[in-house]
Amino acid sequence: MTGEILLQTLLSGVLIGLIYALVAVGLTMIFGVMDIVNFAHGEFLMFGMYSSFWLFSLFALDPLITLPLTVLMLFALGLVVYQLVIKRIINAPPLSQIFATFGMMILFRGLAQFFWKPDFRTIENSYSSGKVVFAGLHFGLPQIIAGVGAILATGAVWWFINRTRLGAALEATAQDKDAAQLMGIPSQRMFALAWGIGAACAGVAGVLLSSFFPIFPEVGANFILIAFVVVALGGFGSVSGAFWAGIIVGVVEVVGGFLLGPEYKMAIVLSLFLLVLLVRPQGLMGRA
Amino acid sequence: MSRLLVVENLGKRFGGLAANEAISFELQAGQIVGLIGPNGAGKTTLFNCIAGFYQPSEGTIHFLGKDITGHASAQMAHLGIARTFQIVRSFGSLTVLENVMVGAMLRNKGVGAARERALAALEFCGLAGRIAMTASNLTVAEQRRLELARALATEPKLLLLDEIMAGLTPSEVHEAVHLIKEIQLRGIACLIVEHVMEGIMPIADHMIVLDYGRKIAEGTPAEISRNPAVLAAYLGE
Amino acid sequence: MTAHRPNTRRNATLALALAVACILPLVVTSPSHQNFLILILMFAQVGVAWNILGGYAGQVSLGHVAFFGIGAYTSTMLFIHAGISPWLGMLAGGLVSSCFAVAIGWPCFRLKGHYFSMATIAVAEILQVLFTNWESVGGAVGLNVPLAEQGWANMVFNTSKLPYYYIALGLLIVTLLANWAIERSFLGYYFRAIKDEPDAASSLGISLTRYKLVAIAISSFFTALGGSFYAQKELYIDPGSVLSTSLSIKMALVTILGGVGSLFGPVLGSTLLTSIEEVTRQAFGGSGMGTDLILYAAIIIVVAVYYPTGIVGWLRQIRRRYAKPEARG
Repeated sequence: MTGEILLQTLLSGVLIGLIYALVAVGLTMIFGVMDIVNFAHGEFLMFGMYSSFWLFSLFALDPLITLPLTVLMLFALGLVVYQLVIKRIINAPPLSQIFATFGMMILFRGLAQFFWKPDFRTIENSYSSGKVVFAGLHFGLPQIIAGVGAILATGAVWWFINRTRLGAALEATAQDKDAAQLMGIPSQRMFALAWGIGAACAGVAGVLLSSFFPIFPEVGANFILIAFVVVALGGFGSVSGAFWAGIIVGVVEVVGGFLLGPEYKMAIVLSLFLLVLLVRPQGLMGRA
Repeated sequence: MSRLLVVENLGKRFGGLAANEAISFELQAGQIVGLIGPNGAGKTTLFNCIAGFYQPSEGTIHFLGKDITGHASAQMAHLGIARTFQIVRSFGSLTVLENVMVGAMLRNKGVGAARERALAALEFCGLAGRIAMTASNLTVAEQRRLELARALATEPKLLLLDEIMAGLTPSEVHEAVHLIKEIQLRGIACLIVEHVMEGIMPIADHMIVLDYGRKIAEGTPAEISRNPAVLAAYLGE
Repeated sequence: MTAHRPNTRRNATLALALAVACILPLVVTSPSHQNFLILILMFAQVGVAWNILGGYAGQVSLGHVAFFGIGAYTSTMLFIHAGISPWLGMLAGGLVSSCFAVAIGWPCFRLKGHYFSMATIAVAEILQVLFTNWESVGGAVGLNVPLAEQGWANMVFNTSKLPYYYIALGLLIVTLLANWAIERSFLGYYFRAIKDEPDAASSLGISLTRYKLVAIAISSFFTALGGSFYAQKELYIDPGSVLSTSLSIKMALVTILGGVGSLFGPVLGSTLLTSIEEVTRQAFGGSGMGTDLILYAAIIIVVAVYYPTGIVGWLRQIRRRYAKPEARG
């Protein structure tokens, strides 16, 4: 019986961890390519959720069907953010960079509140109350769908970086932007691309979450710190690192919360974060 | 002459790559020693080990008879080893005078005393007219001299100079050579890393040549310039 | 003679500012306006304290609220359980906070740049979770400062905000004087050297860890004083108000807005930022439309992108522009 509960807890941890991984993949990419910490990353996720919500409530279209549209919108938002703000602070002191993205975080929350009210919203679609019973373990259908979706999305990003020319160019810029520039890879475009993909990843995570997580302007706050933790654990800039670190964080959070009480979830995850940062500053899976 | 610095069997590995291997040499008090070798010979690695920026993988470094292997750079400065950087690292938010004052504060934390000593060091290095400027407004040659003044202000017994003549015009090289001789007259020993042999030959008392991380020759500049192994290393570059 | 003129002018400006600061609450008598002035002074004070570590020594802490919270909780707990006057409690809070700062700084200072900032956020967030679940310090409910006799001995004033104003002003002046002394001593030079070029600093014999610890110990001490003051001003604290990351960010923000690493930068920054917050909240805040957030955020972004040196840097630019033609003539 206890074994079953533990297994159930473990697997729930993996499922939420997959979402964390996907949010962190975008963040780690931006960090890896530009060395900028994006505090507004949770808000990309929030916009992804609202996009699903409005397409669902206005046109009765399922979030999964409108996913490509949301991805496109978020990719475009990432580019716009890069063009309007980030491009101007590439060489600014780190403090200015932190505050520019922090300001965007507040701005996006304010805009969401302005246009869509501070209310909690939910999507009730055909599968949002669906259940899956497998070997005596119970899972929500939307959580399963989200987990699978997150694997596919993270895999797609990994494939893009490791198996395409454009992805290789992005990786080269992350390694050494001056050398890449000399080899004819335009850094500015790569930066913009990283922001586009980064925002799109967070957007996909938002879409996947939208059928079982409340949607509200501050929802990003629930994910941003966790995403930082995942990025640090996985090694700043590493996509595969973020994937595994996301799962580890999800499991630690859920199992730790189960053992010590859910109110300590965040403290447990952050302690793990500090521990890893101090013992292995390059992350669990980062290059030394 | 007394032995100031004794390096024995020093090795430094990065992962599997050996940047320095089994390097031994001595440096006498008040001596100018040139450390030369082709690009990638391991000069800067050796230099950083002595300056306390790298932990040697093996071997020992003794300074004034004391084992200082693996000491941190701040400790090295306290003991009397000061360095300059190949790529100048001035404190950008401080003036020229304040830059040198930071060095002078090693021996006396009083701001007034530090100012006096910094002014003397700047005067010595020919920067007396630049004290109120920010370091970034200096020419390359002046920035190099600023680093020298800053290091001298710590009152070192041994000065480690990293490619201090790189990128200078012939007349600036001449001035630098003159300055280094003046420093030697004050009883301060110098270990000078140079990529180009010509700059260092006239002033060095002793030369050490590295290639592929190993010491391939040492001796007086005259001996070194006749040494077939050295010529081969430079010609084969 | 001429060399002394800028100093004389500066001293006159300072004397004038001090006089205005002393007289202002006598002219502005509405309690809500006085409260607004107190907030300006309080955030200026913690900003000046943050500046020691974040501005001068260049170690960007985004978890300074931990020190603020420790100050608030220490003085309040000592007041509740031992009847110790908040004046003494404030000093105790400062010392506890410094010890805590050194304990977490020692491992965290091995981290550089963003990594350090993130670690400080994590420390503060962990502290918030722990305090929220620690029943002995009131847990999520928080602590009420005991209903003690009103007056200076207990730092409790129910009928007038005026004493709080002057305490905040006094704290700000003390913190500014401490910064001024640091700026002029070898510490000020060492901090800036560490910020500009850590490698060069250590080659000159500066132990980076030791002096970063000195910086965080001083910085956390004065931040904790601000926390104790806040507890007395509100007569109530809880983890949400004295341990929230948004407060850490605000400490850094007033400094950046005013001018990082400059003595009076945080004072200017706090004046501007607190005013903006207050005005936007009064104009739009009640609507729940987020308009106040949007304006606030827009200003932060514009400053970060176009004025990275803050108000002080901007003022210097202007002065330089006007000074040039004179110098030529």
